[in-house]
Amino acid sequence: MPAPARAHPWMAISAPGVIEEMLAEVGARRVSDLFEQVPPDHYRKAPLDLPPALSSEIELKRELAARLKRNEDCERNLSFLGAGVWQHHVPAVVDEIVGRTEFLTNVWGSYQSDHGRNQAWFEFQSQLGALLNLDVVQLPVYSWGAATGHAIRMAARLTGRRKVLLPALSDPERMAVIRTYCEPPEMASHIEIVAVAADPATGRIDLGDLRARLGPEVAAVYFENPAYLGTIETGAAEIARLARAAGAETIVGVDPASLGVLMAPGDYGADIVTGPMQPLGVHMNCGGGVGGFIASRDEERYVRQFNGFLVSIAETREPGQWGFGLATPHQNSYGSREHGRDWTGNSTYLWAIAGAVYMSLLGPEGFRELGALIAARARYAQSLLAGVPGVRIVWPATGFKEFVVNFDATGRSVAEINDALRDRGIFGGKDVSDEGLGLGQSALWCVTEVHTAADIRRAVTALREVLQ
Amino acid sequence: MRFGLVVNPVAGLGGAVGLKGTDGPDTVAEALRRGATPQAGPRARRAFAILARSRPGAEVTAAPGALGAAWLAGLGLDLRVLDLPPLSGTARDTRLAVAAMAPGTLAVFAGGDGTARDVAAALPAGGAMLGIPCGVKMHSGVFALSPEAAGHLLADLVSAPARVAWTDEAEVMDIDEAQLRAGRIAPRLFGLVRAPRGRGLVQAAKGMLRRDEGAALAAAAAEIAAAMAPGTLYVIGPGTSAGAVVRALGQQPTILGVDAVRDGRLVARDARAADLDRLAGDGPVRLVLGVTGQQGFLLGRGNQQIGPGLIARAGREGLVVLATEDKLRALAEPRLWVDTGDPALDARLGGYVRVHTGAGREMMMRIASGAEAAASRLTEAS
Amino acid sequence: MTEPKEFHAARWNEPVVMEMGRPGARGQLFPAPEPEVAAAAGPDPIPAAMRRRDRPVLPEITEFEAQRHYLHLSQMTLGMMGVSLFGTCTMKYNSKTAEFAANRPELAEVHPYQHPDTLQGVLSIIHEFDLILRALSGMDRFVFQAGGGADAAYTMAAVARAYWADRGMLHQRTEMVTSVQAHPCNPATAAAAGFRVVNLPLEENGYPSLEALKAAVSERTALVMINNPDDMGIYNPEIREWVRVARAAGALAFYDHANFNGVMGRLSARELGFDACMFMLHKTFGAPKAGGGPAVGAYGCTEALAPYLPAPLVVEDGRRFRLDHDRPKSCGKVREFWGNVPQVVKAWAWARAMGAEGIRLASDISVVANNYMDKKLGEIPGLQRSHDNIAVRRMEMTRWSLGPLKEETGIGTVDFANRMADYGIDPWWMSHEPWIVPEPFTPEAGELWSKEDIDSWIDVVARIAREARECPEVVRTAPHNQPVAQVRGEVFDDPARWAMTWRAHLRKRGGGASARGAA
Repeated sequence: MPAPARAHPWMAISAPGVIEEMLAEVGARRVSDLFEQVPPDHYRKAPLDLPPALSSEIELKRELAARLKRNEDCERNLSFLGAGVWQHHVPAVVDEIVGRTEFLTNVWGSYQSDHGRNQAWFEFQSQLGALLNLDVVQLPVYSWGAATGHAIRMAARLTGRRKVLLPALSDPERMAVIRTYCEPPEMASHIEIVAVAADPATGRIDLGDLRARLGPEVAAVYFENPAYLGTIETGAAEIARLARAAGAETIVGVDPASLGVLMAPGDYGADIVTGPMQPLGVHMNCGGGVGGFIASRDEERYVRQFNGFLVSIAETREPGQWGFGLATPHQNSYGSREHGRDWTGNSTYLWAIAGAVYMSLLGPEGFRELGALIAARARYAQSLLAGVPGVRIVWPATGFKEFVVNFDATGRSVAEINDALRDRGIFGGKDVSDEGLGLGQSALWCVTEVHTAADIRRAVTALREVLQ
Repeated sequence: MRFGLVVNPVAGLGGAVGLKGTDGPDTVAEALRRGATPQAGPRARRAFAILARSRPGAEVTAAPGALGAAWLAGLGLDLRVLDLPPLSGTARDTRLAVAAMAPGTLAVFAGGDGTARDVAAALPAGGAMLGIPCGVKMHSGVFALSPEAAGHLLADLVSAPARVAWTDEAEVMDIDEAQLRAGRIAPRLFGLVRAPRGRGLVQAAKGMLRRDEGAALAAAAAEIAAAMAPGTLYVIGPGTSAGAVVRALGQQPTILGVDAVRDGRLVARDARAADLDRLAGDGPVRLVLGVTGQQGFLLGRGNQQIGPGLIARAGREGLVVLATEDKLRALAEPRLWVDTGDPALDARLGGYVRVHTGAGREMMMRIASGAEAAASRLTEAS
Repeated sequence: MTEPKEFHAARWNEPVVMEMGRPGARGQLFPAPEPEVAAAAGPDPIPAAMRRRDRPVLPEITEFEAQRHYLHLSQMTLGMMGVSLFGTCTMKYNSKTAEFAANRPELAEVHPYQHPDTLQGVLSIIHEFDLILRALSGMDRFVFQAGGGADAAYTMAAVARAYWADRGMLHQRTEMVTSVQAHPCNPATAAAAGFRVVNLPLEENGYPSLEALKAAVSERTALVMINNPDDMGIYNPEIREWVRVARAAGALAFYDHANFNGVMGRLSARELGFDACMFMLHKTFGAPKAGGGPAVGAYGCTEALAPYLPAPLVVEDGRRFRLDHDRPKSCGKVREFWGNVPQVVKAWAWARAMGAEGIRLASDISVVANNYMDKKLGEIPGLQRSHDNIAVRRMEMTRWSLGPLKEETGIGTVDFANRMADYGIDPWWMSHEPWIVPEPFTPEAGELWSKEDIDSWIDVVARIAREARECPEVVRTAPHNQPVAQVRGEVFDDPARWAMTWRAHLRKRGGGASARGAA
């Protein structure tokens, strides 16, 4: 194909004459000579029918903006959606750093040429380790669900057992991922998932039911703190103790935004900890901001089971100088293909850098203030919502940033209510009525540091209108 | 790390003039008569020249004269010559030289499989060896890929030991040369020794330090052991790979011989052919085999213990082959060779076999017959 | 041949952030709770049993100190600031226009659970990009849930499980067949999904034989996963027959299109007979790699496999787009939500900015550039093409070997990678496991780089090859002009010394600032 009349700004060799010059160098007359390996009958017959090219930046930018402006967003609207993606404040410095071209375009060089990035990764691990009170943190995997899936598989390999206990009140979105990781029952390596009942009065794990279900075939107990429906698991240490007594691993999922005020999971017996990356300085990105971390104590038996990249600090050839590289590299799928631990690949490592910057900006006091502010505002929202006729907070005063709001007594469905709120520029909480949780017409509302007292009053006022 | 050098001056003589190996003085004489030029000394010099270039003054002890020291003169090494009794011109010289090396010395030899056997036999407990490839036959896992590769490995041992990996299970293999000259290849395992290997000190995420493949092999063996068919006689070995299946059953394998298992029980240890035939009776038989390094022979083929009759009864479907991926990857050709002594049986075994490389992990490998073709290839390789 | 330019990376001797700051310094303040909020919350809304009592040991630094620290770290990352001919990753220009668009609040501040009426813009882009990939591949439906190429391979394994389970045959179809040359993610994800892995070796022609495939597939085969051309630059001319053999055995055939750049617009996975394929939007389609994600493995399949896709799918009803969650036969989910949407938007922007003609031209250029490199690299003594006996022209990349040079000098591919950065050139890609040739490296020029860039890259390789002969210690101890000296690897497999956090580092090595020594 001859080069077009105008060179493409992203292709230097499309400038006139360059292809011909290079062909001459390799002794080919035309480009098609170079495709001599491809048998003629392999070429596609269907013409390539694509939308017309937007060949100038002006056209491309205009089309991008025009399309995206058809979206409504959570800046122009007031949103109370959470459940796996939460609206938190992203400091401007985080945006600047993750937008740096060096961080955006790097792929994999040497430990030296990637030094800055690798240090940022190590700082992510170090700071998250400080929040979790754990010594080993892996670079993030695709999502919290994926992290938990890997953690459960780690526990199965560690114990040689193939059953995991999870709370009955779990996020169906995360559970759909965990089920995939645990494999269908037909597979020889299937991990059976067994639900542990919730205490209906508190939403927390029913310890009696947990005791009854623990046994010599249980590889791990997984629970979240705060849990899917926002409740804080006050019996965490007891759950970990029971699991350990049964020879099972304790896996805990935590929200890092809560760790300035909530006890670190390393302090109540968690063996493996997972959690979402997105609260640590990542925009919601329509769900494209998720990532999941995995952490553990620094015991070799755990470290040998990690699936991905563990950045370690290390000496260099220059005395007194520190560099960074990957620990236990042979155990991942790059080093061992199908013999490795699960698999790894491109993941969400840019968010490790976002997390490093975010945590360094907040520091210990920032995390404390953040956690306290969120918990207080969520409590304020609960108190106002509870005052709306027909509206009930299912488990009041037990949570961190999310809570279940029940609308049964209003006679209206969550879908109707949320439609009406949306007309008023408000995105109500996630509708959990059809999730089989036995909670009737309920929504999971999320309040964070971005919601002022006035925002909350505005939402409650709108809700009163809607319900009239 | 100290290095000791011993050269088998006649190693490889036969190859260039169409003889398959150089075991025994008659063959040496015949080779020289046919105009062969000794190669081992110059090849040893090539290896040590690399060491001398990157580590001038490195310490080397060598056997006297043509057995070592003569090839190192003028390289700029710190050379010491071993004090040995009068030379006999036989394998005894090699053994005496190795035995005279100070404890902790890496025995570096220039030769082939025959020399490797001699060195291994004289090596003190815990000693290690490295071969500079010079022979016609080089099935053993103790050889560097070339004299230069051996030289770089020695240099790294002095100044960058982290670039070197060690194995305690390098196989010392040899073929009966009389059989080989008759067109039969029957590699035999003579022992396991400690040997250094170069390793790609790879730092990239996507291609890093190689894992220890022993664990994968053990997992494959456990899977095979768990899936054994009831009532079937499993003839296992020789070698560490096949032996891993015996280990998976909680028993110690006979590494240099053949064991047999039925219904999870070890029914024969270091068995002879007659034992196996008797044990097999009219029941089903399977053969659990490893693969020889570099050349890719199905270890156990042609071994006297496992006769053509048993092999024929097992058939290709009855072969259970284990090997690490590293070993399969390092084969000179992507082929596994069989040589049962019965060309018709060899032909029937031809085709693809699944080699177990881990639990739930297999590699399809082509089995080829025709020992003669392989033997001539070995000759070319020298 | 010209002498490479001198280069020195930034060397800030930046402390680890954990060592920085002073007690009480702040980088980010949060508002005090409003009085009415404080009143509602009471003294402490956190249950006493779960209250945090220790103070997390985090740095206390100012906003500017955080900004400067991480800017320094970015400056000590070469990224694509040199010339990166990083094979298998298809380095491209990452459009800033697309990047800035993705940062707009209409995308960055959008929640995936918003009502679809509020998501029509992004849904229209996803749908149109689905149509673009359908046109390029011939497949009937794409999903973007997978967070990278490996995750798309995992998606294939999950779809295959659902497909066979739906037929009641998953207990029988337990094997996945692939080539040793396939990317590690194919066997690894299939294994993690519970399948047995059957590998085919490369044979004399540089690709696995059809005979081996025929011997491998059976009524136990669930799926075959294969890439083509491979990382050697070898195109398997029997691929049509391959797919026929696989499908004749009842197996599903998956085309890992990681190496799509050389055949964009020329081949159609569907026309070659495949049931499904995968594209990497962070490689072929111009979205940034970001050091390893967020990425997207776009997974596409035929109508017959579509019921098993992970949910939800973006569908068009008249002129409106919605999310279809009602997929009873779906394999479930491989990741929460519906994918790294900003990356899909960036890939859409790439495809629209290129157009059909630009995409074909990019494919031409990438093959021309690689053949040009083959010619030039072949002139450097000590370098050898993989499967040098195969004389055909390679596709968009070639696997090379430094085997002969290593034999001669002891300098290998890792030493080269370390040294290249001293000349401002990004370290090259060596090879995925297994290393099929000794001391491998794998350049891929793609369509971005100029002939001058390629020439300067080759000049650096030639220069280092000369150094390997003349002054090997310089190469062996490289780099010398980088932010740090060569990292020593001994700790990485040593439980007593590895340290994945600062906490662990202090515990194992003691001392804070003093542990940094003179640096």
